[in-house]
Amino acid sequence: MKENNTYTQMQKFFLVALRMLIGWHCLYEGFSKLLIPNWTSFSFLKESQWILSGFSNWVITHPAVLSTVDFLNTWGLIAIGLGLILGLFTKVAALSGSLLLFVYYLNSPPLVGLEYTLPTEGSYLVINKTLIESVALVVLAVFPSGYIWGLDALVCRFRNRNNMMEE
Amino acid sequence: MEKEKDQPKKSEVKNEVEGKTSIRRRTLLKALVGVPVLGAFTFELLKKYAYDQDKKNRIIQELGLENIQAPVILKSSSGAKSDLIRIGLIGFGNRAVSHANGLGYMHPDDVAKRKANNTLDDWMAQEDLNVAITGICDVFDLHAENGLTTARSETRAGGAKSANIPVKRYRTYQEMLDDKDIDAVMIATPDHSHAPIATAAAKAGKHIYCEKAPAHSEEQLYELYDTVKNSKVVYQLGHQVPQSVVFQQAKDIIKKDILGKITLVETTTNRNTADGAWIRNLDKNGNPKPGDEKSIDWKQWLCGAPDVPFSLDRYYNWTKYFDYDIGLIGQLFTHEFDAVNQLLRIGIPKYVVSSGGLYFWKDNRDMPDTLHCVFEYPNHDLTLLYTASLASSRSRGRVFMGHDASMELGGAINITADADSTRYKKQIEAGLIDPSGPMVSFNPNSGKIDAVTTATEKYYASRGLTTTTINGRAVDVTHLHIKEWIDCIRSGKTPSANIEMAFQEGVACLMAHKSYLEKRRTEWDPVNRRIV
Repeated sequence: MKENNTYTQMQKFFLVALRMLIGWHCLYEGFSKLLIPNWTSFSFLKESQWILSGFSNWVITHPAVLSTVDFLNTWGLIAIGLGLILGLFTKVAALSGSLLLFVYYLNSPPLVGLEYTLPTEGSYLVINKTLIESVALVVLAVFPSGYIWGLDALVCRFRNRNNMMEE
Repeated sequence: MEKEKDQPKKSEVKNEVEGKTSIRRRTLLKALVGVPVLGAFTFELLKKYAYDQDKKNRIIQELGLENIQAPVILKSSSGAKSDLIRIGLIGFGNRAVSHANGLGYMHPDDVAKRKANNTLDDWMAQEDLNVAITGICDVFDLHAENGLTTARSETRAGGAKSANIPVKRYRTYQEMLDDKDIDAVMIATPDHSHAPIATAAAKAGKHIYCEKAPAHSEEQLYELYDTVKNSKVVYQLGHQVPQSVVFQQAKDIIKKDILGKITLVETTTNRNTADGAWIRNLDKNGNPKPGDEKSIDWKQWLCGAPDVPFSLDRYYNWTKYFDYDIGLIGQLFTHEFDAVNQLLRIGIPKYVVSSGGLYFWKDNRDMPDTLHCVFEYPNHDLTLLYTASLASSRSRGRVFMGHDASMELGGAINITADADSTRYKKQIEAGLIDPSGPMVSFNPNSGKIDAVTTATEKYYASRGLTTTTINGRAVDVTHLHIKEWIDCIRSGKTPSANIEMAFQEGVACLMAHKSYLEKRRTEWDPVNRRIV
């Protein structure tokens, strides 16, 4: 646990703030799927274009796979959101969140020539907010803050104690 | 300073190991920094949930939609299904394939195809209607063979077992109707032969499921109506669209008068392909489809239509010619009329004016490709408009326009309040109802009312991108329509697209066609029962 010692107070504050904001977003994305009756990723996957369209089509044509994907999506987002906000297993949460968002991005990247019936809320060319959020999560993973401001501090302490005892 | 504060210090750890000091209070507080954020999140989430529920309930209560029906398939009572119904299919083209599927039969090639694209399960889950296809009649050997293969296939929907009744090919429909071993017939032939075959079937005491349009001429229609009325057969016209789950909800909307006084209904056709314009004599690779004078019984196919030499164009593209049907009116407006009539029960119009022309598909056809028909109902204070294009697929919906709100009825329902509504004036002023977007959407995917669906959901609903599902299964509406017919045969009840509805539709369509041909307004004379 050497990485933390070079952060300034300001760096720490904004790293944690970014973690909280993305965590809040993921958590609500997860909950909103729980709250919509019979929510399914079917419509999103049906729109899928580019390199993942074949995979998405496979998912939506297999009801069992689709319901598994729906379940993992909803609860995955909730788990990632909780992890980021609480600072618990922050690195795992950030990396899995990043991966999930990157998969979302690959399903509907705003590339020139790809047309979507789903309207977007902004104007994008190649880069969109999903990709930015995905990369921001990688930043959070490589600049960990959970053991400074988060439950990872306790986990870290617990581990260290065990290590010391073994020594 | 920083280092000291934040590092899990060795000295501290040592202290802990020694068990003398617990975690420093400051470190613990820092570790729990997420808790207040989570608290704020929970607070906001509950607030949002309560707000949405309240808004939804207020709109739903306001509109009196609390007890709206959720889509269900009524299960036939098992006791009533004991008797096997033996069905003969007359005409085995594209449409009859859907009929066979709806009955629980499928050609082995289609079974393989659906298995490959994973849509077989939905069909296999279809209810067993306890019916058997025991007869096939088609003037074309190839189609008849397809029918026989389908009827003999072992793969059946709903766990049905083979009835072990041999499937027979009949050379003519008269031959089939004479056979006592046939209980009911399904007619899927070109339009000009619908009424003659259905009339003969009613005379022979066979129950009838007939594709639209019901009749090709006034004389045919009146004869059909009188014959069916004087018989005990169950007649169902092939309008599967109102079997769609959203129609039950649309009925409730109309019954509860959500839209206010409806004075205009606009129905449309928007197609822009050769196939959509009924050019169907070529296969996918552009080669002529099979068939010649040897394999097609041309005289029987003509079925009383003017005698012309054998023509594959006429055989496959019969819709283009007024000798065999009445174009857009018979092929597509029939569905629109039935949808509107099922909901509003407006019956036969008083006046009809049609206008149109052949502006795009300038082949040898009789039918116009651009057509507009105006149906006037002075007794209902209502105009029904039909506007069709075969040269533009710009989507125009099926819209019921009322003083207080309009309803767009397609794969989904969107109800939008009118900005100048009298009834919703207060709610619009209070901001509870926004007339710029749908105030209520019915999404057949969720089967629930959702007054505050997300923008995305609304968008999907309006585009009809969502598939029609009941209890998580894609259900074929043709199956539901056939099932209603079969249930009525067993129970003696009257189906929804019965002979009265067929008669009203037939008259309205023939009035529109006559108006187009004679370039004048036509009128219905109910006393003398004729179009003038």
